Amino acid sequence: MEIFRNTNFDFLGYKWPFIAASLVLSTAGLISLVAKGGPRYGIDFRGGTNMFVKFQDPPQIQRIRTALSRRIAGEITVQNVVGGANEALIGTELKSDKELAAARLAMTETLEATFGQPGSGKLDFNNAGRQALVDRLRDPLIRNGVSLSDAEMQELVGRLLDYRDRSRSGLVTSFGDLSTVSGVSAAVLNTLKQECYLAPFNVKSVDIVGPKAGAELRVQAIRATLLALGGMLVYIAFRFEWIYGVAAVVAVFHDTIITIGLFSIFNKEISLTVIAALLTLVGYSMNDTIVVFDRIRENLKILRREKLGSLVNKSINQTLSRTILTSGLTFLTVLALFLFGGEVLHGFSLALVIGIIIGTYSSIFIASPIVVFWQDVSERRKRRGGSPAAAASGQAPRKNPVKAVK
Amino acid sequence: MTSAVRTRAIVILCVLLLALYGIIGLPKSLDELKSNLQSNIRLGLDLKGGSFLVLEVQVQDAVKAEADRAIESLKEDLRKAGIDYASMDRNDPASVKETDSIQINIKGVPTTKSGDLRSLINSTRYAAWHLASSSPTDYRLNMTPTELIGLKKDTLDQTKQTIEHRINGLGVGETTIQERRRADAEYELVVELPGVDDPGRVKQIMQTAAMLELSDVKGGPYASQDDARAKNGGVLPLDSKLVKSALRGGEGGDSWYLLGRVPVVTGRDVRNARPGRGEMGKWETDFVLSKDGARRFARFTEANVGNRLAIVLDGQVRSAPTIQSRIEDSGRITGAANEQDAADLALVLREGSLPAGITYPEERTVGPSLGADSVRQGIIAGIVGLSAVILTMLVYYKGAGVNAVLALVLNAVILLAVLGYAGAVLTLPGIAGVILTVGMAVDSNVLIFERIREELRAGKGVVAAVDTGFNKAFLTIIDTHVTTVVSCAFLFMFGTGPVKGFAVTLVIGLIANVFTAVFVSRTMFNWHLNRQWQVTRLSI
Repeated sequence: MEIFRNTNFDFLGYKWPFIAASLVLSTAGLISLVAKGGPRYGIDFRGGTNMFVKFQDPPQIQRIRTALSRRIAGEITVQNVVGGANEALIGTELKSDKELAAARLAMTETLEATFGQPGSGKLDFNNAGRQALVDRLRDPLIRNGVSLSDAEMQELVGRLLDYRDRSRSGLVTSFGDLSTVSGVSAAVLNTLKQECYLAPFNVKSVDIVGPKAGAELRVQAIRATLLALGGMLVYIAFRFEWIYGVAAVVAVFHDTIITIGLFSIFNKEISLTVIAALLTLVGYSMNDTIVVFDRIRENLKILRREKLGSLVNKSINQTLSRTILTSGLTFLTVLALFLFGGEVLHGFSLALVIGIIIGTYSSIFIASPIVVFWQDVSERRKRRGGSPAAAASGQAPRKNPVKAVK
Repeated sequence: MTSAVRTRAIVILCVLLLALYGIIGLPKSLDELKSNLQSNIRLGLDLKGGSFLVLEVQVQDAVKAEADRAIESLKEDLRKAGIDYASMDRNDPASVKETDSIQINIKGVPTTKSGDLRSLINSTRYAAWHLASSSPTDYRLNMTPTELIGLKKDTLDQTKQTIEHRINGLGVGETTIQERRRADAEYELVVELPGVDDPGRVKQIMQTAAMLELSDVKGGPYASQDDARAKNGGVLPLDSKLVKSALRGGEGGDSWYLLGRVPVVTGRDVRNARPGRGEMGKWETDFVLSKDGARRFARFTEANVGNRLAIVLDGQVRSAPTIQSRIEDSGRITGAANEQDAADLALVLREGSLPAGITYPEERTVGPSLGADSVRQGIIAGIVGLSAVILTMLVYYKGAGVNAVLALVLNAVILLAVLGYAGAVLTLPGIAGVILTVGMAVDSNVLIFERIREELRAGKGVVAAVDTGFNKAFLTIIDTHVTTVVSCAFLFMFGTGPVKGFAVTLVIGLIANVFTAVFVSRTMFNWHLNRQWQVTRLSI
């Protein structure tokens, strides 16, 4: 099966509409970034707390926010998780490193007070840790005639929590469900009912980052990315010629800017995992560009008399089916991740879904035109200042832009 | 099969077996296979659930304490040498960054005594300090850079060790404590606690200073500090101090004790401590003193039978029992709420106190249910994605597609095996690295196959087309791979944890890919071509 065979599209001829589209996209992104005062950093980069909570029923956003604002100063964000099952993300600000310790406690206590049964003196089974549950159940179990050794006790609680976390995704809605767990007798179940209650929510993760640590992480991520880009530029310049390195890096930069811009337009947060996605996209886009450049380099040796513009066109056409196939397959993988990967991978896969599309076309419509453009400029300059004979012949001997393959 | 192909096949088989061994070991049953898999492929905290804490060791505390010690002994020495001064104090560096600014100020030293002061400070006793004068009568002492570096390093090491002991004593599973070793985070420790979804207890254990003092009680309890002064004639007796009690007073208010200023024995004299059950089955912590401490304690209790003794923990009186008889080497701290409290206190008593305070600039907790969700969703997404890739490759490249799929699978197996052998953990960003690896592995195959097709279209024979296809694509593959490895090197050197995990996984995957896409796939082609005498058609 073949999709493309000996195609001959005039890619460079159609570059302007695409470059215009790129300009529009990046300008829109930049405007959004400027208007919103920079990217919307996740707590990884600005400091704050982030709590991921699964509720039994659709989360009552407004109620959560009101309850929290009574305890916690500053902006509080509560949002539904897109595509999640009754899940919500709760974020608060942290102005100083001193508030760090209290933040988690304040949030969990507020949730318990709003949705749980704080006055009952019972333990919340859905948010209890292993040791707390063991301590809580030990004496009552003995009173109810269930005598277990310490090891058996630990095992029983381990099985209960395993059931809660693995089979029920952290949220048990009725004590009756627990009777399916091995070792849970009627007496155990009664003790559980007597000592615990089931809050209609489960705290799935908590991230707390101090403002200082956030700023450090931000500086580091940016520095590492820029250095990595610089490293790639040097390698490509060494293997090809410096303009190729510059063109590849400009293309990759273009992809990153547009992706960050789109994140800003859609009001999505930039977190550490999104940075990992951006790095993936940089690697992917760079790979794509090098494949085209490699073909150009090869063709330069064979088709010595051909004009660079049409040579680049030919190279892009020759690699077209590979480009489409690879991008298509990578896109499928990332799409699967976006659709099935869950909340944790949401930002990550979104960045890649956007990035793969942009990364593919930037190799063709951004990186390649830059090389051709530069060659044209330097040729024109040479013709102006070079020997009249060469200019008159109309076929200026092209300076071979390729070093011997090492 | 020609001998060249056979050699290659043997190499591939060896690599495959070695990789499989690295992932699943030599399982005898399905359960064993599962447990081997779990122990070899270690999941990061974000996939498995657990707590991740960053601690900043407040090294300025240790430096300030050192300055206080110097001030104490200087005051003594100046008195002995007959050097007058108006005041002596130190500044108060508030953060780790300001630590190096530590300074002791001595003011109002008569100009005639300046020579004496200089020779005193220049003696080896104060080698850690550098004297400078800010005016004819005022001086400042700064800590020498070498001393500062040494002191800060010692503080960090000691804190790390103490915390390590304390956490290990908790028995919460395989924890790791590492120094950050970064220029701007020199005094940060990273603590990882797999399976712990509420780090509150661990934090408390780490933070407890556990300063134990046993002192003689000179008076009390009093309802307030004023009450204490009033009952002692307006001023506190010499060599005594007022300490608040953790126990509630008569009407539920605070209560205070007047204690001797210098404790009889301290936490340093504790040799061992363990939880126990006292009267009426209440939990308490029993401790045993060292030989030296026991001697002092025995002498003191003998002389003070009938008087009271205060057990002070972290600056609070925990109990003040009456001394019934001479006690030699043991004591107990009552008032624990439950067994865990008593055991935790015993633990910190055994392991000693921290030389400096700690703060937590970062804390991340992934509950076990989220970890399980992430792994499940990741596996579903992975299966869907990979199936799509495999199906497309098979439909598009037919026979050659099988090559690609086998190479892809082998690549994944090698990647996992290397992670297992290297003891690296698989994290979420690591999975990002795996995805990019799969992408580049597919790409390498596509590059080669497209090249072979081109050569076939140009009219070359099958053998020549495969040969040229591989050779030409090889250069491109090297270029793309080296570029990515270069960028990974920078990410690894300058990135933080998650970014590093990404870089490591990707580099391993890329190296494996050069092997599978070029060497393995080529071998399969050669094997196919060698099977028949004259190959005229290639399924590609």
